Amino acid sequence: MLSSARRHPHHLIDILQEIQWRDGYLSNEAMLEVAKCLGTSSATVWGVATFYNQFRFIPPGRKPVRVCMGTACHLGGGQLVLEAMARELKIEVGGTTEDREYSLERVACIGCCALAPVVTIEGRVYPRMTPPGVEEMLVGVRTESAQDGTGYTGPA
Amino acid sequence: MIYGEIHRRSRKKWEALYSGEIIHILVGTATCGRAAGSMPVLEAFRREIDRLGGEAQVSEVGCMGLCSQEPLVVIVKPGDFSVCYHHVTPQMVPQLVEGYVRGDDPCLELALGTVAGGGDEAVYIPELELFNHQTRVLLRNCGYNSPLDIDHYIAGGGYAGLARALEMKPAQILYELKRSGLRGRGGAGYPTAAKWAVCSQARGSTKYVICNADEGDPGAFMDRVLLESDPHAILEGMIIAGYTIGAKQGYIYIREEYPLAIERINVALNQARGKGLMGRHVLDSDFSFTIEIIKGAGAFVSGEETALIASMEGRRSWPEHRPPYPARAGLRGKPTLVNNVKTLAYVPIILQKGWQWFHDIGTKESPGTALFALAGKLENTGLAEVPMGTSLRTLVYDIGGGIKKGRQFKAVQTGGPSGGCLPEGLLDTPIDFDSLQEAGAIMGSGGVIVMDEDNCMVDTAKFFVDFSRQESCGKCTFCRIGTYHMFSIFDDITHGKGSLKSLEALQGLAEDIKEGSLCGLGRMAPNPVLTTLRYFREEYEAHVLEQRCPARVCKELTAYYILPEKCERGCDHCVLSCPAEAIFNDEKGLKVVDQLKCTKCGSCELVCPAEYNAVIRLSPVSLVPADRYTRPDTKEP
Repeated sequence: MLSSARRHPHHLIDILQEIQWRDGYLSNEAMLEVAKCLGTSSATVWGVATFYNQFRFIPPGRKPVRVCMGTACHLGGGQLVLEAMARELKIEVGGTTEDREYSLERVACIGCCALAPVVTIEGRVYPRMTPPGVEEMLVGVRTESAQDGTGYTGPA
Repeated sequence: MIYGEIHRRSRKKWEALYSGEIIHILVGTATCGRAAGSMPVLEAFRREIDRLGGEAQVSEVGCMGLCSQEPLVVIVKPGDFSVCYHHVTPQMVPQLVEGYVRGDDPCLELALGTVAGGGDEAVYIPELELFNHQTRVLLRNCGYNSPLDIDHYIAGGGYAGLARALEMKPAQILYELKRSGLRGRGGAGYPTAAKWAVCSQARGSTKYVICNADEGDPGAFMDRVLLESDPHAILEGMIIAGYTIGAKQGYIYIREEYPLAIERINVALNQARGKGLMGRHVLDSDFSFTIEIIKGAGAFVSGEETALIASMEGRRSWPEHRPPYPARAGLRGKPTLVNNVKTLAYVPIILQKGWQWFHDIGTKESPGTALFALAGKLENTGLAEVPMGTSLRTLVYDIGGGIKKGRQFKAVQTGGPSGGCLPEGLLDTPIDFDSLQEAGAIMGSGGVIVMDEDNCMVDTAKFFVDFSRQESCGKCTFCRIGTYHMFSIFDDITHGKGSLKSLEALQGLAEDIKEGSLCGLGRMAPNPVLTTLRYFREEYEAHVLEQRCPARVCKELTAYYILPEKCERGCDHCVLSCPAEAIFNDEKGLKVVDQLKCTKCGSCELVCPAEYNAVIRLSPVSLVPADRYTRPDTKEP
């Protein structure tokens, strides 16, 4: 990952992206290592990593839940969906459940505005969510592993 | 290989596909289609066709822009009508295969309409009114051509613009672009030819072309659809740009939140390389050009060109003072052309059809089309491409189909967090760069959100200010601290703690932030505040003077209340749905919301059966009768 060709601060963001892709988050050790290899200060690496929304600093759950907070989702009640999700998973936004199964984050916009409000779990998009729909959807996600892939298609 | 030969081969393959005996089934699998469940539909078609011995071909296509009708499937039948089906589920697949693939029954009860066009002509559905108001230039291939097969794009005339460009001198291409009048579609509307000319004249042998696909406006998804549905148009535009300015390297900067777009661009890059349309000696000429994908790490401000370059250099996305413009000194100090996805996607067809053709669409000052993502409270959400100069009213009513559920229109918002909210009275404003700016909004990159009477304008402005506050990069004090203060004033207003002085403070701060910020994010962040103050002042006044939210959205000013005369049968739906256990029975068994416990999550209102419809929202909170405010045994606070 830190091949000599990429040992230039210009590549800092792709290196961080790759680490996060591999580990799921950026650990302190990893960031210190990156700073050492690129010959820059650890403050620079922290500064860049914390600037961007993509990077996280605590390990995510196995099934990351992302609630879209774009304009269309907001107008359609996205905030209520986010609150319902936090309540159902019993975690704060940005947190991970104790069994490391789920983590909850808000995302700016995933570009599915016509289906607002939307939630994604493991990259799968759940359209037209409502607070009561959240509970139903999580039941679907929890039992889905036992069924085939077609499962849940969202509340009617 | 020369272009004529490449085109001939693709055309042959395409004709075999569409004029032969083979039936072709197209399943829309862009992100919105997938969200609506198109992947199981695709699987079901593949299984069913395999089972029957493969007498049809099943392909994945992009998005036609009819998001509210997804999942969409088109069955192309040689010598017969091509039919488009909407809201397709895997359960409908056997019926469609039996009916129209094997038999002659087009299953009209499941159909949306027939599909016309294709090849050289833009694809449309003649039965749908909303296509009548559109001119589809960028969307011409979307949802019909496979984004995973370069031959589809070439057969329809794709890469002919590049072939023509390579026979021209850069100055001739610049002239063509200049006459076409193309203006940058990123939002600012700067003449594209002028930007290209500066970059082409800049000294230096190393130059770069960057396609800005960092679509950060929360509420816009046009660029995503183009990247996922017609990726080659963008690549072709970039290659032509490279040839014109003398660059050998291009970058396409895509948001990490668009994984499918990244995947499809990757496929397209490999196929273009395989055909000799990219890489060393493009179409056997002396010109070489490569394109690399850069994944954005998520920052709204990265959409600004200097901030985007900073991010590509591994730094924080901080905008820089201009001049020097990136066209002179950009990425790694070299001349760099940064263009939006849509701008680049127009270039090939302008070169293919000539500047006059493009110039004749739209208005004199803003030629061409405008591509919008319609979202919010509309019947028909999705994409719309209209000639510049079309009115907002046409966009909202004729194409958008008006407001959902017969509700009342309140506002239309263009340009996202940098744009403004326009009221009913301004619906006849023509869509072009200059008219929208005059009204206080901006053209922006193309997000259009429509709000109805259930949306609170104060809350909407607060939402945008919150967004700008979080996305402010922190470089300029006015933007960093000003948006923070605006947000806290909004917080007071929506909590019923505002006064008329808060409105004055907002107005003043907004004007100062506009003056004192360096980049577009800061300078335009006050637009949603200024336009709502200007056009919806009575809503602000209701919040600060009466502690009333007219749309009953602001939580602190709204109470959920169960009408005793409507809550008849004690069905317990609301009780079971309430996460706060705030709903109790009164002495007659009717439900009452305990206002002291209620978290205002809205669940009870959603689950109350439609035949009762007993849960309503009241604002101000003082409208709740005192005897139904809380449990009788609770001590008054």
